[in-house]
Amino acid sequence: MTTAVERETVLDVRDLVKHFPVRQGALRRTVGLLKAVDGVSLELRRGETLGIVGESGCGKSTLAKLLTAHERPTSGRVTVLGRSLHDLRGGELRRARRHVQLIFQDPYTSLDPRMTVAATVREPYDVNPDLAPRGDRDRLVRELLEAVGLNPDHGGRYPHELSGGQRQRVGIARALALRPEVLVCDEPVSALDVSVQAQIVNLLEELRERFSLAYVFIAHDLSVVRHLADRVAVMYLGKVVETGSEAEVYESAAHPYTRALLSAAPVPDPAARGTRQEIVLDGEPPSPVDPPSGCSFHPRCFMAEDGCARSAPVLEPVAGAGHLVSCHLARHPGGDGP
Amino acid sequence: MASSTLASASAEAPPAARPGLLAKLRRRPAFAISSAIALVVCAMAAVPQAFAGWFGGGDPRKCDLVNSGLPPAPGHPFGFDIQGCDLYSNVVYGARSSVLIALLVTAGMIVVAVVLGSLAGYFRGWVDAVISRVMDVFFGFPALVGMIVLLQAASTHNEWTVSAVLILFGWPVLARVMRGSVLETATGEYVAAARGVGAGTARILLRHVLPNALGPVAVLTGLNVGGVIASESALTFLGVGLQTPAISWGVQLNTAQQYFVTSPHLLIFPSIFLTVTVLSFVLLGDSLRDAFDPRLRQEVARP
Amino acid sequence: MTRLESLPGYDAAAPLLAVSELRVRFGATTVVDGVGYEVDGGQTLAVLGESGSGKSVTARAIMGLVRPPRGAVTAGSARLRGVDLLTLAEEERRRLRGTTIAMVFQDALSALNPVLSVGYQIAELFRAHQGLSRKEAARRAVEVLDLVRIPSAARRARDYPHQFSGGMRQRVGIGLAIALNPQVIIADEPTTALDVTVQAQIIRLLGELQREHGTALVLITHDMGVVADIADRVAVMYAGRVVEQGAAAEVYARPAHPYTEALLGAIPRPELRGRRLAVIPGAPPDPGRPEPGCRFRPRCGYAGDACGQQPPAREIGPGRLTACHEWERVTTP
Ligand SMILES: Nc1ncnc2c1ncn2[C@@H]1O[C@H](COP(=O)(O)OP(=O)(O)OP(=O)(O)O)[C@@H](O)[C@H]1O
Ligand SMILES: Nc1ncnc2c1ncn2[C@@H]1O[C@H](COP(=O)(O)OP(=O)(O)OP(=O)(O)O)[C@@H](O)[C@H]1O
Ligand code: SF4
Ligand SMILES: [Mg+2]
Ligand SMILES: [Mg+2]
Repeated sequence: MTTAVERETVLDVRDLVKHFPVRQGALRRTVGLLKAVDGVSLELRRGETLGIVGESGCGKSTLAKLLTAHERPTSGRVTVLGRSLHDLRGGELRRARRHVQLIFQDPYTSLDPRMTVAATVREPYDVNPDLAPRGDRDRLVRELLEAVGLNPDHGGRYPHELSGGQRQRVGIARALALRPEVLVCDEPVSALDVSVQAQIVNLLEELRERFSLAYVFIAHDLSVVRHLADRVAVMYLGKVVETGSEAEVYESAAHPYTRALLSAAPVPDPAARGTRQEIVLDGEPPSPVDPPSGCSFHPRCFMAEDGCARSAPVLEPVAGAGHLVSCHLARHPGGDGP
Repeated sequence: MASSTLASASAEAPPAARPGLLAKLRRRPAFAISSAIALVVCAMAAVPQAFAGWFGGGDPRKCDLVNSGLPPAPGHPFGFDIQGCDLYSNVVYGARSSVLIALLVTAGMIVVAVVLGSLAGYFRGWVDAVISRVMDVFFGFPALVGMIVLLQAASTHNEWTVSAVLILFGWPVLARVMRGSVLETATGEYVAAARGVGAGTARILLRHVLPNALGPVAVLTGLNVGGVIASESALTFLGVGLQTPAISWGVQLNTAQQYFVTSPHLLIFPSIFLTVTVLSFVLLGDSLRDAFDPRLRQEVARP
Repeated sequence: MTRLESLPGYDAAAPLLAVSELRVRFGATTVVDGVGYEVDGGQTLAVLGESGSGKSVTARAIMGLVRPPRGAVTAGSARLRGVDLLTLAEEERRRLRGTTIAMVFQDALSALNPVLSVGYQIAELFRAHQGLSRKEAARRAVEVLDLVRIPSAARRARDYPHQFSGGMRQRVGIGLAIALNPQVIIADEPTTALDVTVQAQIIRLLGELQREHGTALVLITHDMGVVADIADRVAVMYAGRVVEQGAAAEVYARPAHPYTEALLGAIPRPELRGRRLAVIPGAPPDPGRPEPGCRFRPRCGYAGDACGQQPPAREIGPGRLTACHEWERVTTP
């Protein structure tokens, strides 16, 4: 983490925006815009892990799809190893997007039920013939299966013959086949139980060291993100509202939403019960079609003042240079932390 | 306890494998009976000679007007038709055109429906709009009337023309199902994953989408076979389908209606064959669907 | 309540819900193999355990939702104040469901009928069980939605399930379960699909309802944090059996079964950053091919010769049970 500063930037995201048209009625007329991702900028260096947390529906998966070119942004750019993904087309695009691979949330739906494990892991080589000569592919597939902790005999199995943890490993092996620089993991452990989750978390750490991978790691579970991430970005309604190092965000959160989020996370220790001061967020998250005026968090914010409804805060440094917060009151917090 | 991650997963055993589809099917009596009957009917269609001779007769065209309309007699268990031909061998030979038309129509409908349904479901946009509107036109049109009009205008009435007309009015139902199934499959994560590793449109369609989207269409097609046989007979009965001298259950029923009072057996025997055949194909399709469609197997837990 | 008292076996001093020696079979496989736990009014029992260990099947068996020909309860009892639910006539059981014991399903959407408005579905309960008029039932349904903190409940009662967000839908599912003030609520992973802020709201809601009505709560979950937060007692399941039971604080502080210990070690904690998490080697046993002895033996670091015999549930303290031959070595640090 300390050396990350000097390392090469592998992924650079500037002002990324994705709006989905909202259609209604028999004629499917566009009646509004759903701002799923609304101006996100990020930077990721080789070997670094960026954790992304935030409420359901705040745009995490949409961001993951934009980063991996599964969706085209409405505006803004994603630069991978110095090349902007969205200026490229056809073969060029295919070659560039190899460097950023997506690991899906649900190991039950992200594998083709009619393809064996070996065929699934081999597919990247089959569709990118320049990657490896035909004769080498079976050996490479075996090596990949071993790298993710699967037995080469698992190659002949179908997804329904594997457990959830094993399926997630197949998904990871498939992504590694293209020798990516960045793995974007969209809640890779949410569908797994605690002991299997630990296996996958350990595997991701091992692979990171072995291949100097960079991760964008999205999760609901704050403790898993904390375990893996060097830096953390907190999203609310399509925007990053706070970002900083793991310690900055978890130890001295400055945005009221981050503080609420952290305070709501249960601590796995019955002895700590009652010592936690939970900040209660009232109401439902607002609709991304019609976000509130000013700071989009103000209707649910426990610190909000009159100004918050009028002008939107911008992401700016608070204490350290790398710790950015988008809140009018971040520098004069109402209390002394949760 | 904290052993290496890598060592641990290899030892994981798979969850118990699912029992095979066939094993599951074999346990259903409806499947056993209906598939046996369907097999017999297909065999009759393929080699009618083998069945027609069982009681002595055997040649459906060897007729003697002397016997016109006579009831069952020794060696002729079903009696004779109006031309004095052995009714039993005629009924046996009648399976041929029914099965042939069922095959042609099913194959034709699948090809048309899979191609158009996949295009609409995968590419969406204007392709989908055009194909869907065409389907809507067919749905809004009374199919039976359409078929009668077209067949009346046709100059020849053989298995091919009847099949063509049945395909023309039958494909939209299948294509709509195929479209829905492709729409669902194409948004699946494993399709996105394949695109993510660089797979092109053709590979995604042929390798991932089609095999996974075919299930419902295959099942529906199975359900349809009985209906196709019934429709063919109905069209022929109405006088716009196959025509004499073709041998078919529909033609037999068509002739029989005029002689129902004097020679009821002319109507009874072909109808029994027709009904049993249609019923067995419908049952067969039904049990295939039950075995294929997991949604029907789930029990629903409600408080 | 009055209904329960009139049933055979009623004993006011018996625990509110006591499950014992429950066995459930699907086909030839025994997936629940002698499960027992108890909860009293105002208490929360958390049921933890590996995916597939039989937590949900146990819950559904208690509710009478495991039925032939698919599955069968082959032994054991589930007593509500001494009344054995499993031997009651189906009609009696149906009347107790909802009024005395209710379940919140993991997937709220599957428990709601997609073509009926949520208000109607809750009102239906009042009409069926309490014979209220249509209008009165509708009014009560709005009260229930209000209770589970659905904003502008009167208006939302007319909405259909798909018009609610995941968190709200789960709250509607809870509303459905608590509408008739049951004495026992079984919640099967009510927050697994939700994010932490919504999860906190739901857990708080369940806690409040429990305090107000003295309900017994059985909470099935994977989330070790939630358990630590609200459970009084914990039952840990592995391969169809309860392997450890006790007060939450004690189990977390001094696990007495190797599986519990491993489970606690697998939780990411701030102090473990940069280190590997503890994992359990191997895979859970195949319930179709049970092996003799302790089910955890192939994956257990403590296993000794005695483990070839199935360990009995041993009481190692008041209300504290473990099914392990080597529990003393597990508890000594
Ligand atoms: N293809 C789409 N068309 C229209 N709206 C979409 C589309 N994909 C996502 N959205 C909307 O964009 C918003 C952000 O969705 P997204 O899936 O990115 O959220 P998320 O943060 O990943 O949530 P979760 O934690 O539940 O996975 C949501 O309101 C969602 O409904
Ligand atoms: N309807 C069913 N038919 C056959 N087997 C079943 C059925 N329902 C559950 N099982 C089996 O019973 C076992 C226990 O399942 P159960 O759903 O109780 O697990 P669980 O502990 O709730 O797991 P999870 O944490 O994943 O929900 C599993 O092996 C499962 O495959
Ligand atoms: S009984 Fe033996 S094998 Fe089972 S958990 Fe205890 S020590 Fe391990
Ligand atoms: Mg998501
Ligand atoms: Mg369960």
